[in-house]
Amino acid sequence: MRHLLDTKTLSREDALRILDVAEDMRDTQSREVKKLPTLRGKTVVNLFFEDSTRTRISFEAAAKRLSADVINFSAKGSSVSKGESLQDTAQTLQAMGADAVVIRHGASGAPHTLATSGWISAGVVNAGDGTHEHPTQALLDAFTMRKRRFGDDSRGRDLDGLKVAIVGDILHSRVARSNVWLLHTLGADVTLVAPPTLVPQDVSAWPVRIVYDLDQAVDAGPDAIMMLRIQLERMNAAYFPTEREYSRRWGLDPARLGRLPDGSMVLHPGPMNRGLEISADAADSPRSTVLEQVANGVSVRMAALYLLLAGERDSGNAEENAQ
Amino acid sequence: MSLRHDPPTGSGTEVTGSGTDAVLIRGARLTGGDAADLIIEGGIITEVGAGLSRAGARVVDADGLIALPGLVDLHTHLREPGYEASETILTGSRAAAAGGYTTVFAMPNTSPVADTAGVVEQELALGEAAGYVHVQPIGAVTVGQKGERLAELGAMASSRARVRVFSDDGFCVFDPLIMRRALEYVKAFDGVVAQHAQDPRLTEGAQMNEGTVSAELGLAGWPAVAEESIIARDVLLAEHVGSRLHVCHLSTAGSVDIIRWAKKRGVDVTAEVTPHHLLLTEELVRGYDARYKVNPPLRRDEDVEAVRAGLADGTIDIVATDHAPHPAEAKSCEWQAAANGMVGLESALRVVQQAMVDTGLLNWDDVARVMSVAPARIGRLAGAGTPLSPGQPASLTLYDPTPVRTFATGDLRGRSVNSPYLGRTLPGEVRWTFFRGRPTVADSALIEEVHA
Repeated sequence: MRHLLDTKTLSREDALRILDVAEDMRDTQSREVKKLPTLRGKTVVNLFFEDSTRTRISFEAAAKRLSADVINFSAKGSSVSKGESLQDTAQTLQAMGADAVVIRHGASGAPHTLATSGWISAGVVNAGDGTHEHPTQALLDAFTMRKRRFGDDSRGRDLDGLKVAIVGDILHSRVARSNVWLLHTLGADVTLVAPPTLVPQDVSAWPVRIVYDLDQAVDAGPDAIMMLRIQLERMNAAYFPTEREYSRRWGLDPARLGRLPDGSMVLHPGPMNRGLEISADAADSPRSTVLEQVANGVSVRMAALYLLLAGERDSGNAEENAQ
Repeated sequence: MSLRHDPPTGSGTEVTGSGTDAVLIRGARLTGGDAADLIIEGGIITEVGAGLSRAGARVVDADGLIALPGLVDLHTHLREPGYEASETILTGSRAAAAGGYTTVFAMPNTSPVADTAGVVEQELALGEAAGYVHVQPIGAVTVGQKGERLAELGAMASSRARVRVFSDDGFCVFDPLIMRRALEYVKAFDGVVAQHAQDPRLTEGAQMNEGTVSAELGLAGWPAVAEESIIARDVLLAEHVGSRLHVCHLSTAGSVDIIRWAKKRGVDVTAEVTPHHLLLTEELVRGYDARYKVNPPLRRDEDVEAVRAGLADGTIDIVATDHAPHPAEAKSCEWQAAANGMVGLESALRVVQQAMVDTGLLNWDDVARVMSVAPARIGRLAGAGTPLSPGQPASLTLYDPTPVRTFATGDLRGRSVNSPYLGRTLPGEVRWTFFRGRPTVADSALIEEVHA
């Protein structure tokens, strides 16, 4: 794997490989000494043009547990805020000898531009670009769903027939896009639930069903329901009238939580707006996978970095390499 | 005049002497029809016929070449004054000549904005000094293109630049009352308002055509309705006040339908399409290569088919380039940060050949109409878009439609290289361009020094 830019073009084989390597990584994380020597001598740069403490520390933990050197390059307080271009930043990192660049950027496609520009030879991992994709989030979500469903018997399995509802601001969500493509690739059956204003115009090419009514989606008995963070500034652009109305119609309240089938799970990429898109009852219920998602995020990112930086030499044999 | 040029240095391909040297063009197919000889003398076509000869005349063998009246671009951005890093009137004039143009209308979004008689006269003078083409300034409709108060349209009309086309291009004249007043006011001097049809509210932050591709790429959508609703409003306004309206760079199937409807009703409206909207689609955006970022954005296949059909049936009157040079750093960046626009002067005729002629939708007579005659008429510009007949200005292009080559940076003669066609195969080659009797392109080579 040269880069990890999106899930749209990620093959089923590559997706399962990442998930299976993540299983290996997860196993190492229950040991007393969590650190592996695998990426010793490699330099991973976290290039964050947008604030995202959670994603950055997840990648940082992943890289450090693989013994890579980690450089955090935050746009805030750096030359980027003085108008330095993506090109100059990339070439600077190249000159410093970065082996992998983990990039978070507010502009859709920025990781793609970085990877294809010729400015840099490092592998590029998309850690969220604008409203385009967030592939490691979708991978950790898939990992979490698979783990909940199959437990220790997860390796090699896909999500065939799993019914997943994704609820909220689809229009602006890179998490939703990455999940749509990856879940489809893994065989899941995806329903998007949102106010019509927050569904992109023309999703006719997406392998999904669109429902405007959350109750209808809940009563259809999903195996997993993923609540997306709603950003309050959307209200000012007339996407929905008020916070209260959004919460009433598209929030996972205790009543809806109670109607979910036994064994179903509730996902949220975080950070949550408790009381808005998700009630405290739902967030703290046994169905909630929120903290598992955070833990699994480190394993999945370890797998991605491993396959990017070590995978060329020795693909598909992480466990051995890890020992 | 020699405002900009040093005396000739003898370098490059140079044609010395005055424009009064006689030229005999042998065997050119006039607008693609029968072959004929033309004699050019003193800046005008003096004879057209078979087997002509003239002692001492420079002979141009035009066997197999198509003679077109010098092309006229109603929509060019020359960037001077103010943005000389992108283009100047001289470099843009050279790009125009290389593309077979002898007249370009310069959009007013310069710095300062061309909203006064002083600025348009300065542009005119710089164009004359460059000497490659006639640079015809377009005046801003509103002061600073801000859409609030009418600029001194009459002063620009009465200036030496004789402005007849007014546009806030880059911005839509969005306020319906201002648009109405502008349409009414320019009737006093037979002017026309050239509207950049884009509802600003419906396109806030817009990055590409809104549809399946924008949904997937996560780029904010520029919906077709934002163009179509403004065109619909404007044709109704033009009908109501009995004014002339020109619609810039129309890009959607719905817009073609609205123009067709308006013309049937008798509304005095003309419309233009760019070469890129005749050839390229939004699928190109998938690689996030900012060379394909343009406003209005590249649309769907169906839209390309519709604008081609509209140009073929006369609903769309002209092809105009919207030549929009930008320096490398404005394109060598993430999509969202990149500037809108493509250079187009050097490639326009070749793209039109591929999209319209090679597909059988237009013949070369039609090409002469949509790229020369009609734009000059819309712009009320005498001495441009004139027929290839005795007594007419000797501004013409000799074009070879047979070569098929990869378009490369060497084909670009302006200051910027933001062309979407680099690396793409295009037919045709401009072999000669004559501007008022003098060659600006001679046997495929741009003349390095012209002397106005």
